[in-house]
This record gives sequence, C-alpha cells and structure tokens, in this order.
Amino acid sequence: MANAIQFKVNGVAHSFDDDPDTPLLWYLRDILGLTGTKFGCGVGLCGACTIHKNGDAIRACITPMSSLAGAEIRTIEDIGANGLHPVQKMWIQFNVPQCGYCQSGQIMQAIALLKTKPKPTDQDIDDGMAANICRCGTYQRIRAAIKAAAKELA
Amino acid sequence: MSAIENVSRRGFLKGVATAGALVLGACYAPEILWGQQSNDLRTDDGQTDADKATLHPNVFVGVETDGTVWIVAHRSEMGTVIRTSLPLVVADELDADWKRVKIDQAIGDPRYGDQNTDGSHSIRSFFDVVRFSGATARLMLIRAAAQQWGVPASECQTEIHTVVHSSSGRRLGYGELATAASKLSVPKKDEVQLKPKSAWRYIGKGMTSYDLTDLVTGKAVYGMDAHLEGMLYASIEHPPVLGGKIKTVDSAEALKVAGVSRTVVVDPFKPPPAFQPLGGVAVLANSTWAAFQGRKKLKIDWDNGPNETYDSDQYKKELQEGARTPAKVIRSQGDVDKAFASTAQTYEADYYVPLLAHAPMEPMVALAEFKDGKVHAWAPTQNPQAVQAIVSSELGIRKEDVICHVTLLGGGFGRKSKPDYVAEAAVLSHKVGRPVKVVWTREDDIQFDYYNAVAAMYMKAALDSKGKPVAWLQRSVFPPITSIFDVNAVYGDPGHLQQGWTDMPYDIPNLRIENGPVKAHVRIGWLRSVANIYHAFAVQTFSDELAHRAKRDPADYLLDLIGQPRTLNFTGVDYPNYGAAYDTYPWETGRLRRVTEMVVEKSGWGKRKLGKGAGVGIAAHRSFLTYVATVVEVEVNDQGDVRIPRVDTVVDAGLVVNPEVTKAQFEGAAVFGTSVARSGEITAKNGVIEQSNFDTYPVARINEAPYQTNVYLVESDAPPAGVGEPGVPPFIPALCNAIYVATGKRVRELPLSRTDLGKQS
Repeated sequence: MANAIQFKVNGVAHSFDDDPDTPLLWYLRDILGLTGTKFGCGVGLCGACTIHKNGDAIRACITPMSSLAGAEIRTIEDIGANGLHPVQKMWIQFNVPQCGYCQSGQIMQAIALLKTKPKPTDQDIDDGMAANICRCGTYQRIRAAIKAAAKELA
Repeated sequence: MSAIENVSRRGFLKGVATAGALVLGACYAPEILWGQQSNDLRTDDGQTDADKATLHPNVFVGVETDGTVWIVAHRSEMGTVIRTSLPLVVADELDADWKRVKIDQAIGDPRYGDQNTDGSHSIRSFFDVVRFSGATARLMLIRAAAQQWGVPASECQTEIHTVVHSSSGRRLGYGELATAASKLSVPKKDEVQLKPKSAWRYIGKGMTSYDLTDLVTGKAVYGMDAHLEGMLYASIEHPPVLGGKIKTVDSAEALKVAGVSRTVVVDPFKPPPAFQPLGGVAVLANSTWAAFQGRKKLKIDWDNGPNETYDSDQYKKELQEGARTPAKVIRSQGDVDKAFASTAQTYEADYYVPLLAHAPMEPMVALAEFKDGKVHAWAPTQNPQAVQAIVSSELGIRKEDVICHVTLLGGGFGRKSKPDYVAEAAVLSHKVGRPVKVVWTREDDIQFDYYNAVAAMYMKAALDSKGKPVAWLQRSVFPPITSIFDVNAVYGDPGHLQQGWTDMPYDIPNLRIENGPVKAHVRIGWLRSVANIYHAFAVQTFSDELAHRAKRDPADYLLDLIGQPRTLNFTGVDYPNYGAAYDTYPWETGRLRRVTEMVVEKSGWGKRKLGKGAGVGIAAHRSFLTYVATVVEVEVNDQGDVRIPRVDTVVDAGLVVNPEVTKAQFEGAAVFGTSVARSGEITAKNGVIEQSNFDTYPVARINEAPYQTNVYLVESDAPPAGVGEPGVPPFIPALCNAIYVATGKRVRELPLSRTDLGKQS
C-alpha cells in the first residue's frame, strides 16, 4: 500500500491502490456502494455524476483516482445526512424532480454555485447549471428553487 | 448490504411465482378484483405487502392491523408521478390518511391487467378500476364496524382512516377493523358505491411524489443502482449495423484487462428484431469500469448484413419522393382532384422530421439472475410483462418463472418499453451461472435505440378567394413501428396514422389523407407522442403558412380551420381513437377550439409588445385524447440563435387527478419539444449511426430551454385523458411559426440546426 492514494469520502478516510485511471464515479458506485451519484454519459457532458472535491463541483466520471491524493470528496449521500440542506428543501418545496435521475448532480452543482454566487442572477444560473442536463425538463423549477435557496441561505 | 432491499422489501426471493388460475390474457383492466381474495392463491414469491396484509380485498390494496394501508403501484415510475397518482385515487375512495399509506411496487404480473406504462393511458385505463378497489375495502371496513356495533351499515360513514356511527358517536380506526373486515366476503362490484365528486379528498387536488425526499437525497433506487452479491458487470459490443453478425472475434487482449473474467458471444436476433438482444460480444468483469475497458480491447470482424448500405441522406430523398407520389388512401371525402383542377389558387409544401433518439438520463441497464430454472430481473422497465415474455422466449422457460422487479426509471420516454437490454442480462446470467448486470454506455444508448420514425410529409391545399382551403391533400411516408415485428411492414399502421394524421380535424369539403410505403433499416420505436411529432409539425406549420399567405392573423385563421364545435365522424375510417371507446372519448372540435381561444387570451396574443427579432407562434393539437393549444414566444438574434422567453399552453385533459405534477409534465414537454426542434437528429452512413453522446446528439440545457412555461388546465368533467405526451406535438410547430414571425424564415425541416436563421443569409 506504499503507493496507495489517500483521500476522504464524506469525511471517512479511504485509500486506493488499483488502476489509477479508474474514474472516481465507478469507485463510488461499484466499490463504496454510494449510488446516489449517477452515470449518465461517461465523458463529462451531462453532469449526472457531479460531486464535490474540496468544495468544488466536478464530474466524477472523468476524474481519475490518481488525481485524488489528499482530496475531500463529498457526495449527495452526505449532503442531507444531518438534516436536509436548504437546496434540498427548496427542491422539495418547488417539486423539482420528475424522474429524479439527474437531480443528485443538479443539487451538488447548485450548492457549489451558491457558494460562489450567493445571490445568483438568471445569467449566473445559466452559466452555473448549463453543464447539467435534465431530460425531463425541470429547468424552470430548478431555477426557482435555486433562487429560493439563495434567500434561505442569506 | 444490498441496494435491492430498497426496491423490494421481499428481498431476494426464493420459490415459485405462479399466478395459477389468476393468470389472464393481456387486457387493460384486471377482471379479478372482485369476489376473490388472492392471498392464498400465490406462493410467497411475488407477493406484495398488500397481498400479505390482514385485509386484502383485491390486488391493489391491503390494510394492516396497525392501520398501515398498502397500495400497489402496478405502473412504472419514470417521472410522471404515476406511482403516486393512481395510489392516491385508491386512498381517496378508501378514505385513507395519505400519511399512513405505503406504496408497494408490483412485479410484472398479468393479474394487474396491462402494465405497459406508455401511451399516456395509466389514469384513463385504471381510474375506475382503482376507485372500486379502494371503495371495496372501505365498504368492508364499514360493514365490520356496523356488525361490531350492531347497527345497520347504512348508518355508518367514514372519516379519514376511521369508521364513524354518528348518532352514537362511536368510532373505530381502520387498523382496529382490519381483522374483522377480513372475515367478511368481498362485496360485489354493484354493492360498492363510489364517492361523489364533492367528497373527493385527493382526486383533483393531488399530492407530490411519494418518493420526493428520496429523489433529492440520492436514496432513490434506479435500475442503475440494483446490486446483488456476487454479480458480474457486463458491457456488450453490439453489431454496428442492425442485423450484423460476427465473422471472427479475438478476446485475448480484453481478457488481459484487470477485473475482466470472461467474454461471451450473444447470438444475433432472428428477424424481425422485436425485443430480442441485438447480439454481439459481452465482456464480463468485477466492475463496470473494467467491463468498459475490456470491451475496448475486443477485436471483432463483422458481417454487417443487408443494412450496410443504409445512408440517411439517400433515404431522405427516397422519403421525399415517396411523399410526392400518390399512395394509399386512408381517409377521403369530397373530390380533392376535381377541386384542385377547378381552383385557381393552390399552395403546397414539403416537411421533414428526422429519426429521433430517446436519450433518457439513465442508459439501458438491467440486473438478472438465472437460478433453478427461474429468472429474477431488476430493471427500469416501462413494461415488466414484456420482460417476462422476451426472457421466457429467449431462455425457453415459462413466463411465470420470470420475476421482473420494477425499479425507478431514470427517464423512459418509450425506450424502456422495449426490454432488449433486460433480455441481454437474463441470457448472460443463464450462460455464466451468476447474476449479471448489463450496463449500456451513453454511446450504446444513442446508437442502438428504437428511433422515432423519420418522416416526410407533402401538403397541398386549394384556396378560395379569401384564402380558405376548399380542398386539402396530405401524404406522409415513414418507416413504421410495425417493422420491428414484421419484416415486410412498410405502411403506417392505424395506431400511428391516427396520431394527428387520420384525424386531421379541419372542416374542409374535399379532403384526402394518404400514406406511402418505405422499408426500415433501423429499429423504429415509439417516443414521447410518437407520430404526432411529425404529423402535427406538418399540419400546424402548413396551417400557419396558409394564414400568412391569406394575410390573416394566424390564431383567427386557425380557429376558422377548426370550425364550429362538432364531433368528428370517422365512419368507414380505420381510426382506433387511442384504444378508447369513441362515445366516451369523442373527437370534439369544440374542445380544441376552446383551448385555442383560451391560449390566445392567456398569452396576450396580439396584445403583447415584442422586441426586435421576436415573434410569437401558435399551434393546437389533440393527442392521447387530450386537447392542447400552445403559444411560443421566441427571440432570434442576428447570428440566428434562438431563445424562448415564454410559452403558454392550455390543456383540456378531462378530469385531472394530480394538477401540479400534470403542469410539470407540460413544462417538461416544452423542453422535450425544444430538444427535438433545436437539435434532434439521428443520421446513418453505411448503416452505422453517426451520433453517439450528448455532444453529437445535444438535448436542451437550462440556457436553451424555455425560460417560463405557463400551463393552464381547463376545468372539466370529461373522463381523464393523457398528460405525459400531449404537450410535445403542438409545441414544435408553435415554435417554428414564431420563428417565421421573428425572422421571415419558414422552417419546413427539423432540426432547426439545418436552417440558417441568421440575418446575413
């Protein structure tokens, strides 16, 4: 384990010494069983696999394990672990999800957006959320929920 | 730990599943609801919690002694919230407290009737059935209380979750009555009284998704999340051309990839493809990633077969020529040819819509285990009984020995009604003797879809001096869905021709509707609103062209075309009316007129001040028995980029059970229509699909989708109709009609990326 990569997932220390090219997505899903992070495209085009690395939203499907040394990874499972996050609460209040498959990624992206843009404009929301596809088309509710969550967090 | 336990509280099942005497042929509504308690007619396998509850008068409901009410959801949840809305109807008639209701997802089983969750008919087909199911349980609880109190049942009523004898003030909770009620015989249907509308507690008011909290916390379990100890992950290299076969395969390098345990050849389908596996080579591994990596190392030499020369550009010409060639007449009145010959002014136009892929966010995925002659499958499927049928025929086992557990679906849109991917998992598990989870990549999903048909339409009208049509010819050519079941099928079948084509509603004395033949070279399937997409595009764009030609307001002109309120008469025409009885769901032009008039008012049509490069367009369409009119506002800049600031849509879907989630369906339909219109296009060269992921098959993102979609539901006492699909068809022509106003450029061919909408051209 001399060359094992050390990092944390949802506050718990882990190490990895298998193929360093393995994407974080499949480590989370197949090894740790954290299936809240979804597979949608595999090439960073849809955002279904969005997680936080050191607080930034990134795509787990194109993040190799080799890039994780010392990283703090946070997934959807940890977001509501001690009570729902204001973004999750607004997702419920605005009845955002339809099929829900993309919503873990949308929520992770929205939380990261609100950290850098606490009072997001429509343009900020377009810029911040355009990498996350929702095929059911819940975008207008996502927009409304983000604005409401911003007020909640203010 | 197994994620499966979240899906099925029954855990990993053992033993035999047989519905025995209860097995019925395919029918929309189950006929076994009344008069039998089915508890003891099944083995433990495949039982729902409702089956096992103390009081269990029918397959949809069970009441426990602690007051818990189990309600079975037998339709698949892909985002329409049907898993909540139908149980809500049961709960209403049972007068149950929704907070004490638990929903149990049914396996595939004919005892529920039809389970194919498509065609926007779950509420329509099951509304009455599940109302009686809840009301039956309620009556039994009332009778049990009356017996206990020694009073006539007619003196007792229910309040929420409680039976009440008002004159004496006595009350008993449903849990307290469950055991006594379970000893009574199940009342016959004619003894059961449904609530009057005024007493409805939930119907028409609605409820958010039962799964809502799970959906925002990552706890919801989709097919992609199904897991069994000891399972292998499989990724399959399919023949790149439909009907292709392996000449040679070299798996040596694939097998060297760490984690890969073996490769398996999957037999090609025997034509027609239907829902059979496509064939190819599967790489099995101990993780999804290892299976994907191993697959890249396969060396396969293919015999591409007869579709190798399929070229979508060439095929487009064939379709367009076909649309200009006299074809099979499917509806005719008056004498179109004579009217064309004797009228000075005629107008004609050609329209084209390409192949479309479904691209649900969750790619195809399924987990199956073959063991002791039976298959358990966990799948995000719209049609678990079709899973039973195809797995049974692939493996030569009985349908009852295929137990299909239905997970949540990460989108469906019709793709997940076709269970080829579930059959793959079952076939592989059968071959390797271990549970196998087949995971499709996005590239697999885009390249091996059952595509919505490409279609060419030709429209011609003869016009009077005021520009109103006196004769109308419309002809379509598209590869039919039936081609996946019949290699010789070349004409549209009545079920798809009816979708906005056979039922063209305008009041025109001379009318002829035709359909021409063409052979399919890919698998054709149904996608959210299906043939309505291209038919509504042609009819509603052509109508708008005629309006502008006559220098009329397009909304006024559209209302003139729809004409006075009347019921369309399809005598002598093959018009299936979406499988609904025509006297219950007649085609009423007055309802189409009303939604059109309403959308004019709600959208501020003709009254709103629009900026430079802006325009509004209108379209109206009936599909899945629902009447919809839509106004779209666009802004097109000098570079030709299209923004959609506002959409107004008015919907008459008859009675609506769950209004808020219904509105969400129409908001989503506007986004779905945006994707179709902007960039929806699948093409092929040498039989190989040219698109593969969201870069080459883009779908609408938040900055491209309509900014605000306002949905208005018409209050109606008409019986319930569809809501999942009908928002899509009118949206697309309304958008293109708006673009015409904004730019002067007429879009006759989708997607918009085919037309330069910029200023300079």
